[in-house]
Amino acid sequence: MKRATTVYGLMAEFEDPTSLVAATQRAHDAGYRSMDAYSPFPIEELHEALGAHHTRLPLIVLIGGLCGGIGGYTLEYWSSVIAYPLNIGGKPLHSWPAFIPVTFETTILGAALACVLGMLALNGLPEPYHPVFNVPRFALASRNRFFLCIESKDPKFDVEGTRHFLETLNPREITSVED
Amino acid sequence: MTKVPDSLQPIEDPNRAIVGAATPAVMAPGHTFDTVTDKISSIVLTRRTPLWWYAGFGVAMLLTVLLLVSLTYLVFTGIGIWGNNIPVGWAFDITNFVWWIGIGHAGTLISAILLLLKQTWRTSINRFAEAMTLFAVSCAAVFPVFHTGRPWLAYWLFPYPNTMNLWPQFRSPLIWDVFAVSTYATVSLLFWFVGLIPDLATLRDRSQSPVGRVIYGMLAMGWRGSSHHWHRYETAYLLLAGLATPLVVSVHTVVSFDFAVGIVPGWHTTIFPPYFVAGAIYSGFAMVLTLAIPIRAVYSLEDFITMRHLQNMAKVMLVTGLIVAYGYTTEAFIAWYSGDKYEGFVPLNRMFGPYSRVYWALILCNVVIPQALWFKRVRTSVPTLFIISLIVNVGMWLERFVIIVLSLHRDYLPSSWGMFAPTFWDWSTLVGTIGLFLALLFLFLRFLPMISIFEMRTMLPEAKVEE
Repeated sequence: MKRATTVYGLMAEFEDPTSLVAATQRAHDAGYRSMDAYSPFPIEELHEALGAHHTRLPLIVLIGGLCGGIGGYTLEYWSSVIAYPLNIGGKPLHSWPAFIPVTFETTILGAALACVLGMLALNGLPEPYHPVFNVPRFALASRNRFFLCIESKDPKFDVEGTRHFLETLNPREITSVED
Repeated sequence: MTKVPDSLQPIEDPNRAIVGAATPAVMAPGHTFDTVTDKISSIVLTRRTPLWWYAGFGVAMLLTVLLLVSLTYLVFTGIGIWGNNIPVGWAFDITNFVWWIGIGHAGTLISAILLLLKQTWRTSINRFAEAMTLFAVSCAAVFPVFHTGRPWLAYWLFPYPNTMNLWPQFRSPLIWDVFAVSTYATVSLLFWFVGLIPDLATLRDRSQSPVGRVIYGMLAMGWRGSSHHWHRYETAYLLLAGLATPLVVSVHTVVSFDFAVGIVPGWHTTIFPPYFVAGAIYSGFAMVLTLAIPIRAVYSLEDFITMRHLQNMAKVMLVTGLIVAYGYTTEAFIAWYSGDKYEGFVPLNRMFGPYSRVYWALILCNVVIPQALWFKRVRTSVPTLFIISLIVNVGMWLERFVIIVLSLHRDYLPSSWGMFAPTFWDWSTLVGTIGLFLALLFLFLRFLPMISIFEMRTMLPEAKVEE
C-alpha cells in the first residue's frame, strides 16, 4: 500500500546569500512565519530576516557552569571535611584556596557540556529524518546553494498561492517538499 | 584594460594584505563556494590516497607498535625499566607529559583566542590545530597514567564512591592536574566536534560511497544548515571559545603548579605559571608549523594555508619565544637575588653542572636560533621556518628536561644527589608516542576535512550579504 504523501512545504533555491536574505525578508513581510532558510554557512542577516528571537542557550550555559562550579566545590568540601578529613600539617580541613583550581575546571566543564548538549537539544539534533532531505538538490545546501522553505503548517500556506508568491522572488527553482 | 571579475578580486580586509602589497592574502584569489568545498572535501572523498600516505602511516604505526611493546613490558615489569631513580623520580615521563600538553595548547589558542580576537586568518589552520591538540593530549595522558606504575588503578585519581571510603586529596596539585587535563581534553573534543558538524554534513552530501554516507551522516546528526540552527550554533561556538580561553591558560598553569607548589629548588617560583603558558604556546605554534608546512605542500593547499599564515605563526613564535627567554633570565636573576644558596645553586648547576650541555642546547634552540625570525627573509622562507620549528620543538622538550631532572638530581643534601640516564625504554616510549601522534594525524587527514570548509566559505567575498 502506498502511503499518501503530504506536502511539507515549498522550497525555493537561490544562488547567492543576498537573494536568499532578500527573499526571506519578503516572505516575512508577506506574513509567512512557519518557514526556514538553509545555507552552507551562517548568515547573520538571514536570522534577522526570519524575524527570529534570541536563543536561550546563554542561560543554559550559565546554569551548566553554576552547577559544575557548585558541584565541584561541594564535592571537595564534602570529601575533605566530612567524608575523609585528613590533618595535613595542621592546615584547616576547609582549605578553600586549594579547592579553587578544581572548582574552576568543573565550572568550565559543566558550562561546556551544557553549551554543546544545549545547542544540540534546542536544534533538535540528532534528527535522523527530515522532509527537506527528500529534495534531491537539497544536498547542495551544504555546498553552494541557498534554500528557503515555506512550510505547509503556516496558516497563510496554500500550494498554488505560495508557489506563485515564491515565483515572484526569482528563485532558480521551486520544489515541493514531501513529508 | 579588462575589468577583473569580482571572484578574482583579493579577499576583503581584514584578510587582505594590510601592510602594503607585500603581505600575502589569507586565501588565494579566485575561489568560490564550490571550489573551496570541492578542494577540501576531495582530499577525503575522491582523490586517490597518495602512496606517501601509506608509507607515512605505516611508519607511524610501526612506532605505535613500539609504544605498545614498551608499555606492555612496563606493565609486566614495573617502571624500573625506565631510568627513573631516587632522587630523580620524575624524568622522561613527566618531561614528555609536559611537552605534549604544551604542544596541545596551540590548537585551542588558535581556535578560541584568535576567534574571539577576530583573527580570521586562523580559519585555515584551526581544524588541524585542534586535531593536533587532541592527539597531543592523548599522547600526554599516556605518561602520568603509566608513571603511576599501576595504570589499571588510574581511575583512583577520580573521585567516586568506593568501598575503601577513600577520596582524592584535593589540596594536591596532582589532583588539580587530573581535573585540568581531563577537562581540557573533553572541552577540546567538544570544540573540535562542534566545529566539524557542518563539514560532516557536507561530506555526507558529497560522499559517493554508501558506507561514507552512513558514517558521515550519523556523525553529522542530521545537520541541514537551517538558519535557526546556525544561529544557536554560532552562539554555542562563541560561548565555547569564551570558555576555552581561560581554560587553555589554566591548564598549563595547573601543570606548572605540579612544580611550583613543591619546595624543590628551581621549582618553587611564582613565575612558573605565565612562563609555562608562554612556553606552551611557543611549542604549540612550532608544532603547527612543523605539520602545516609539509601538509600544505603535499596536498597543494598553498591557496588556503598561505605565506600569511606561516608568517603570522612565525611572529607568534618570536613573541612567545621572547617571553620564554625572559622567563629564563628572571629565573636565574631571582635565584641569585633571593640570596638563598640552594636556589642560587640551581642556575650554576644548570650552566656548569654535569648536564650543562643540555642547558646550553636549550638556550641555543629556544633563545638564540629563533631570533632569526626577526628577519623577514627568514619568515618568508618555508624551509627555514620548517627547520626553526623543529628546533623549537626540540628546545621546548629540553626545557622541560632541564626544569625537571636538573632540579631533582641535586637538591638540598649533597649526600642525596644523583644522576639520571635514560634507558632504551625511556626513548622507545617517547618515540612511540610520536608514532601514535602521527598515526592519529594521518587518519585524521585521510578521513576528515583538515580545513574548516564552512568557515572558509564565510571568508569569500561572495559570502557577504549586500544591502
